[in-house]
Amino acid sequence: MTDITEKPIPASALLVLGCPEVPVQQALALHIAYNLRKQGTAVHAAGNPAVLNLLKVSDPEKHYLPTLQVLEKCIEEIVEKKRDCELCIVFAHSDAGISYAATMRHLLPSSRLVVIVFGKDPGPLVALIDFPCEKIVEKAVHNPMQLKKKINEVFEWAA
Amino acid sequence: MGCIENLNYEKILPLGASFKECREYVEKNFSEFWYVDPGYKLFDEYIIGLPPIALGIDGAKIVFPYTKPCHGTYLLAVEDADEAARVRKTARKKK
Repeated sequence: MTDITEKPIPASALLVLGCPEVPVQQALALHIAYNLRKQGTAVHAAGNPAVLNLLKVSDPEKHYLPTLQVLEKCIEEIVEKKRDCELCIVFAHSDAGISYAATMRHLLPSSRLVVIVFGKDPGPLVALIDFPCEKIVEKAVHNPMQLKKKINEVFEWAA
Repeated sequence: MGCIENLNYEKILPLGASFKECREYVEKNFSEFWYVDPGYKLFDEYIIGLPPIALGIDGAKIVFPYTKPCHGTYLLAVEDADEAARVRKTARKKK
């Protein structure tokens, strides 16, 4: 019998990364990319040049994140209907991150949107989210373990 | 895609203003304001943010929010009669 609560595996995913000042972000981006690719999802990531450089250094042979793109260019391609995704995951540890998530909700109305709200004080940021999405919330700056656990639960990945 | 730094802009609210503060500032301080959605193109940039995004107009001056991933949102003013006319044609009055 098929489990009707089981979520289908998305064919494509977009990771939207914020400013890299909160260290857990890069580690979790690679963790998410690894698990998505393992299940067969094509992964694309967008962020500012600083976060993209951190990821390029961590993944020189592009095993985890094969394609990276500057955020503004990615938004341009989505607006112009040149890029789409079934799953969009936005990292938000600031007001700017929530703005990017709201933008993705508007531009990708049929995609599954998961917003990971983290940092020193995620509570006030979550309160700004008044658009439909799934939220994963955890106070996390240097230690990714609790947030990783919550991410694994949402995506039903083994620990 | 352009670069915001190439524009001769005036900062109305500094970096770190919240998106809500920017919208409220425009609604309170400009008699003429318009609403657009994220992805609206202004000065060759795609505007991002929580919809509806408020744009203020004072003559030929357009006041709009701009978000940088590291710093948050700030409110800018740029003088451009042609772009102001385009906003008046393509943006909406209602939230």
